[in-house]
Parts: sequence; C-alpha cells; structure tokens
Amino acid sequence: MLGNLTWAAIPLDQPLPLYAMGVVGLVILAVLAVVTVKGWWPYLWREWITSVDHKRIGAMYFILGLIMLLRGYSDAIMMRTQQAIAIGDAQGYLPPDHYDQIFSAHGSIMIFFVAMPLVIGLMNFVVPLQLGVRDVAFPTLNSVSFWLTATGALLINVSLVIGSFARTGWMGYPPLSELAFSPDEGVDYYLWPLQISGIGTLFTGINFVTTILKLRAPGMTYMRMPVFCWTALASNMLIVAAFPILTGTFVMLLLDRYLGMHFFTNDLGGNQMMYVNLFWAWGHPEVYILILPAFGVFSEVAATFSGKGLFSYRTMVWATLGICVLSFLVWLHHFFTMGAGADVNAFFGIMSSIIAVPTGAKIFNWLFTLFRGRIVFTTPVLYLIGFMITFVIGGLTGVLLAVPPVDFVLHNSAFLVAHFHNVIIGGVLFGMLAGYNYWFPKAFGFTLDERWGKASFWCWLIGFYLAFMPLYMLGLMGMTRRLQHIPDPSWQPLLLVAEVGAIVIFLGILCQIAQLYVSIRTRDLRRDLTGDPWNGRTLEWATSSPPPAYNFAILPRVETIDAFWQMKRRGLPPVEPAYEAIEMPRNSPIGFVNAFFATIVGFALIWHIWWIVILGLLAAAVGILVFGWSENREREIPAREIARLERARSALGRPA
Amino acid sequence: MADVRLLHDRTPGVEEQEPTANYLSYTAGLVLAILLTITSFVVAQTNLLWPPGIPVGLMVLAFAQIGVHLVFFLHLGSGPDHTNNLLALAFGMLAVFLVIAGSIWIIANLNWNMMEMPR
Amino acid sequence: MTVATVDFISTDLARGRGGGGPAPTRIVVAYGFWIFLLSDFVLFSGLFAAYAVLSGNTAGGPTGSELFNLRNVFIETMCLLFSSYTCGLGALSAERRQPGRFLGFNVLTLVLGAAFLIIESTEFAAMVAKGAGPSRSAFLSGFFTLVGTHGVHVTGGLLFLVYMMAQVVAKGLRPHVLRRLLCFSLFWHALDIVWVGVFTLVYLMGAR
Repeated sequence: MLGNLTWAAIPLDQPLPLYAMGVVGLVILAVLAVVTVKGWWPYLWREWITSVDHKRIGAMYFILGLIMLLRGYSDAIMMRTQQAIAIGDAQGYLPPDHYDQIFSAHGSIMIFFVAMPLVIGLMNFVVPLQLGVRDVAFPTLNSVSFWLTATGALLINVSLVIGSFARTGWMGYPPLSELAFSPDEGVDYYLWPLQISGIGTLFTGINFVTTILKLRAPGMTYMRMPVFCWTALASNMLIVAAFPILTGTFVMLLLDRYLGMHFFTNDLGGNQMMYVNLFWAWGHPEVYILILPAFGVFSEVAATFSGKGLFSYRTMVWATLGICVLSFLVWLHHFFTMGAGADVNAFFGIMSSIIAVPTGAKIFNWLFTLFRGRIVFTTPVLYLIGFMITFVIGGLTGVLLAVPPVDFVLHNSAFLVAHFHNVIIGGVLFGMLAGYNYWFPKAFGFTLDERWGKASFWCWLIGFYLAFMPLYMLGLMGMTRRLQHIPDPSWQPLLLVAEVGAIVIFLGILCQIAQLYVSIRTRDLRRDLTGDPWNGRTLEWATSSPPPAYNFAILPRVETIDAFWQMKRRGLPPVEPAYEAIEMPRNSPIGFVNAFFATIVGFALIWHIWWIVILGLLAAAVGILVFGWSENREREIPAREIARLERARSALGRPA
Repeated sequence: MADVRLLHDRTPGVEEQEPTANYLSYTAGLVLAILLTITSFVVAQTNLLWPPGIPVGLMVLAFAQIGVHLVFFLHLGSGPDHTNNLLALAFGMLAVFLVIAGSIWIIANLNWNMMEMPR
Repeated sequence: MTVATVDFISTDLARGRGGGGPAPTRIVVAYGFWIFLLSDFVLFSGLFAAYAVLSGNTAGGPTGSELFNLRNVFIETMCLLFSSYTCGLGALSAERRQPGRFLGFNVLTLVLGAAFLIIESTEFAAMVAKGAGPSRSAFLSGFFTLVGTHGVHVTGGLLFLVYMMAQVVAKGLRPHVLRRLLCFSLFWHALDIVWVGVFTLVYLMGAR
C-alpha cells in the first residue's frame, strides 16, 4: 500500500537525527502557531505565497537560502567535530554510514538549496529594477520556479526524519549510486529533490534571459545595462545551457534505478565514466552560474561606494561573456585522474588556466574602480575587499589544480576541499552577503545595522581562514576528503584549528541573526526615506524603498550607463508627469499548488508508492489545465492610485 | 490587454509578411525536406556514396535538413530583429556540440586507455 | 506585460542595439519559448551523447542492424514531416483568423502525429517481446531512452494541441490563444528537428 515506506524508516535508534527533527519540528510548529494566532494567513497567502511579484519572490528565495544555510552549516560543524576528535584509536561520535550521509547532504544542500536560491533571489529582486521595468517576462512562471525549489528543499530535509539520505557524496557517482550498491531510498532522496528544483531553476533561466534581452527601459541598449544585469544574463544563459544536461543525466540514473536500465551499471555495458563526464559538463558551468552574479554584486558595490563609475565597463562585459563561453570548455578538470590521455588532459588543463584570465581582468578593474575613489567603508565594501583577497587565493589554487600532474597528487584531497570552499565562500557567499547588506534597504525600507554587519564580516573572514587554510596544508600532507576517521595523529593540530574556524563562522552566523533582529527592532532609526541610501548609480535607487508593486510609474528614459546617476545630475523634471493606468499581473496560486503536488509526487516516487504518484500527477495536470484555461490574469492599477502613491512618496523625499 | 507596439519585429508569423510568401515557404520546406530525407535513406542503404564517407555524408544531409526546418518552418532569418534568435541558437548549438563531441572524444579516450571489458 | 506611455521613443535605437524599450508580449512569449526549446535541445544532446557512447555496448545482445526496420522509420519520418507541414498551414490559417481551416489542418496534424506514435510504440513493443527491451544492454537503454523521450515529447505535444484546439473552439482566436498556438508551432517544428537527428544518428547509422 505504501510502497517501501514502513515504520522502520523513522530513525528511532539514532539520537542525533531524532533530536534535530525534534528541535526543527518544534520551531516549525511554533512559527505556524504564531502565524495562526495572529491571523496572518490571509496576509501571507495574498502578499507572499501567491505573489508573482519579482521583489517578493526574490525575498522568499533569499530567505530560503539563509534558512538552508543553517542546515548546511550544521552538517559542516558535525563533520569538523568528527574529524577533530576521531584520531588514532578514537572513533568519534558519527559512525561511517551516518558521516557519509552528512557530507552528501552538506554538499547537496549548500549548492542547490543555499547558493542557488541566494543567487537567484538576488537576481530576482534586482534585475527588473535595474532594467527599469515592472517585472520579469513571465511572472507566474517565476512563482512556479520558486515553489518548485522550495519543494526540493523540503523533500531533501525530510530525508533526515523519514529514511536515510544518499551516501554517495553530493555528486552521486555510479556504481555506488546504482541499485546494486545503494538499494535503499537514499540516492532517490538526492535525485528527486534536485530534479524537481532543477526544473524550477531552468524556468528561472528562461525567464531571465528573456527579461534581460527583451524587456528593458526605453533607451537602455545593451551597453547601457548595469554590469549586474550582464552577469545575470551570462549566469542565466549558463542555466539554460547546462541544467538540461543534469536533468538528462539524472533521468538516466533514475531509469537505471527504477526501470533496470544499464546506462551506468557495472554489468551489461554500462559506462560509469559517462555519468562523471555528463555530471561535470553541467557541474562546471554551475559554479560559474553561482559566481558570475557575485562578481556583478561586487561591480555595483565597488562603483557605488567609490563614488565613481565602474572602471572599464566594456572589458567587464567582455570578460563576463568570455567566462560564460569558456566555462563550457573546462569540465574534464574535475576528473583528470580518470584515465584520459595526455592530449585530452592537456587541452582541458590549458583551457582551465585560460579561464582565469578574464577573472583576473575583473579583479584589476575592481581595484582600479576603488583607486582614487572616495571610498565609504560600509559592510558591503568590507566584503568586497575580503572577497578580492580571498578569491584571488582560491583562484590561484584553482590554477594550480588545473595543471594535470599537480592534480594527480591533489585530486580529492583536502587541498581540493579547501580550494572550492575558498572560492565559494570567498566568492559566492561574500557576494551574496554584500548584496544582502546593499539591497536590504531597497527591499524592506530600512538599512541593516552596520556594527553587527561588520562584526559578522570579520567573523566570517577570520573563521573562513582558520577553517580552510589548514585544509590546504593537510591536503599537501596527504589527507583525502570525506574522512570519517583520521589515520595520522600528526594531522590533529591543524584539524583543531579548522574546528575553531568553524566555530568562529558560527559566531558570524549569530552576528547576522543579531544584525537582523536589532535592525528590525530599531528600524525607525534607519528608515530609507529617499529610496537612495547609498547615493547609488543605477535605476533601482530611483524607486522608493520598498518600491511600489509596479516599480516605476513611468518607465525611465535611459541615455547612458549609470542612468540614475545621470538623472540626479540633470535634476528632476519640474512638472508632475501625467500618470496612466498600469496593468500588472494578478497573484496566482498555481505555483504553490503545483509545488504541493510535486512534493507529494516526489515523496511517493522516493518510496515507490505508485498509486500516489499517479494520483498526484493527475492532480497536478488538472491544476495546470485549469490554470491554462483561466482568463483575466491582469489587474489594472488606476491612474489616480498611482498618482496618490507617487505623491505620498514625494512628500517623504525624492519623487520618482 | 493594452499592447503598445514599440518595435516592428518581423518574428515568425507577424502580419507584415505577405501571405503567398508563407504558403510558399512551408511548401518549399516540405519538398526540400522530403528530398533530403530520401537522399539520406538512399545514402545509408546503398553504396552510391563512398562507404567510409557515409557517416559524414549523413551528418551533412541532417544539418541541411535542420537548416531547412529552421528557415522554412521556423522562419529564422538574418535581419536585425532576428539577432537575438540567432545568437540564442548559436549558443545552444555550441552547448549541444560540446556535449556530444566532447563526450565522444573523452569517453573514447578513456575507453582506449582502459582494459578491454568482457562484453 | 504592458508598457505605460513613455515620453520619448527613439526608433533608430529600436533595431539591433535594443534600445526600443520592452518588447510586445507576443515577441517576449515567442522568444521565451524559443529559449525553452534550446534548453530542450541541450537535454536531447545529453541523451544523444549517452547513446553515441553506449551504442557499441550491446552486451552480447541484439544490435541495431538486427533490430531496426528502416521502412517503418521512413514512414514515421514522413508522418512527422507532413504533420509539421499541416501544422504550418494551420498556423497560417490562425494568423488569418480562419478557425475552421485551423482546426481542419490540425486534425491532420493530430492524425499524422498519432500515426507516428502508433508505429513507434509497435516497434518498441515488438523489441521488448523478443527480449530486446531497455534493460537488456546499455545500447538498448540508450536507444529506448533517446527515442522514447522524443516520443514522450510528441505525446505531450499532441495533448497540448488537443487542449489548444479546445481553447480555439471555446474562446476563438484571441491574442493570448494565438500566442500559445505560436508556442505549439515552435514546439512541433523543433520536435521534427530532433527527429532528423534521431533517424540519422540512431537508425540510419545504426542499421549499417
């Protein structure tokens, strides 16, 4: 009746996940209780859950990413602690089976449910505002994308509580991920959430490529777009071109597991290296999907807080596009050691070194932007400087690893682990935190507390170096990745330093929570009344904070790069413009409804409960057909309402 | 729904094209595609083409037929309004090429270096 | 998405360099769908690559040349090609606001598409019956998945077409209906493009 699902799936004999489930369950129940008692459900449904507004969806993505950061961090501190104590005769507190699930979940969650949502959330919020338009090309599809990602996040966390997770690492290599060696539900808990959220991400890619290429304010030619929009374009082009590869690869592994096919099995002709090859054909563009928007954030932050335009806009654009194309030409460097010949290894090694060049050009451009600027040392600028130093180190170790003979020694060692955390934390995470501090006032109408922001930065920076520099050394000393037990006691001192680093990072997370709490408590002291708290250069700062649903009452007429800067220098039009009615898309429950059934279908697929799968798919199909038949998906905001909102804004500060 | 036309793009099927040109386009596309298909089948099953060249010949015919579909059925043109469409197609085709050619090259290389597996 | 009145539009910026402001909805929808189709091509490229790499791994089982019936493949190809043609003629009728002719041409599209699917599923069933199913070898896994995924797309396309024909009957050829018909046409022609790849790489090269 319930497929493979039995009561044995609940880990009653394992205290740690049970304890974690208990705490999380209580928190969720408490939140639901508060929302219900205070009567907030109608507001939440109307303003957030069914919203198709890019600003709301962006905020929800970002919140999802931050919450999942806590889960991913918990996995990290558990691993660090295990490695710090399981040395020599000591076995630590995590048995291998459990440890394997933790490192698999850590990677999967951090990449797919922390980094991607943070990046997509930021792009969602900022891009339409910077382009001077009212929303993305397909707002309802945007909602569908978000809720499918949330479905994936929910399903992957259910694995903590019902059943177990994959033990294959976040890449899911066969033959270990095949039925013969992973017969239980673990790998399916990896494949289905990622497949479902992958569809959402693909839709996001389509949405943003179309938005950036086809929906910009009048006069905004390509070379007048903000650099963040260029990096968003490149990132979304990569999503469109790379995510289908992952979808296809996972389909093949799922067919092996569910229908007994032989793409990657040991027997009857399967080829496991084909999985590795296809996985990384997606996987390398994926890391550029993550880093390019972070580069975009830093470009915006550098320009705004130096009081100068970005140095050499053109080379930034070309470097971005160059990185975009080159990212498709390097993927074999993830498996240099797997037996390809010297010609193949040499080609990919050289390409991997070349891709460092446009990134280096960007570093110089940021430096030259800061040079002789009137720099304001806000939290985003600290992240920028921390990023420039940290990311260069990470990039250099990457170029080291790009040399095949070096990689033969260092592949899958702790050196590799240090490298990719170096670039992801120093690059992606710092970028997202900078963007968070930079655009928070635009989203919510008040700035974040600077002191706690800076404290958080210093904890993250110091914590990162303490946690990961030892890993470089350990890798060179011979330590491999994913060790549940440490064979060499001489490694312990460095592992203890790494543990301290992880704790300092935790302090950084606590500072961020404190920052948010304090900022909300004292928000009236830091209200952004003008919409332009940083003396910004791009169009999002031309709106109020937060912007009205329609973003711009009149679409701005763009004549240069840094359009808002030019508008400020020119002064404001003396006469109030004649407002006209604006049509905006209505909210829609289809995103949430679709994801609801996706969750049910996903869970049923994992546990082989076929009748629920069929019913769930039918229900989802009915939902889509009903939605497809509906009309009247737009609402009109009358001109006098717009006039009222715009006048209220000019009473506070700057007009639109 | 109010829809202010700011561009006069001539993307697929927009009114400004002449009707007879479109019927012609589809019919010409059909005829060309049929010819290319028949040629492919003939080339594959006979020795009219030098046998070692048959795979390349089939690929050329396939690309030609894909081109026929893109131009005659999908109306992909070369004017400035089609730039976005063409660039997107080029990027997509680059990805397709790299995945297929790259995979074949890499796996062939790996297979060559591995011991022969019992089949 | 609607654009409110703008104070000044420079039409010389509209072409090529992209300064003309937000594009009309029809163009936005068509372009977005085109990007989706390109992503679908990339999905197929992964399946093509897997097929290409695994096509020699027959594990002692049947090979392509033993299994493929090229006469049926030719008929399938003609069915799909002619269905693309009738789909195109239907699109022209829709542009000219002729719902009757639109429906007529698309009934033909449906019939031809269904014929394709019937021939293909009969072929699959026959292969499974003689022990050459997808779990027999990696080659067959690759074959069934690549060709089957194309078949699933065709099925989805036909379901989409039936739904759109119902919308035309119920609502007429209104702008949003026309936009979706444009999406269907793009989809249907793209599937024929994928089929060109399939019959060339899988059947014609595999049968030799």
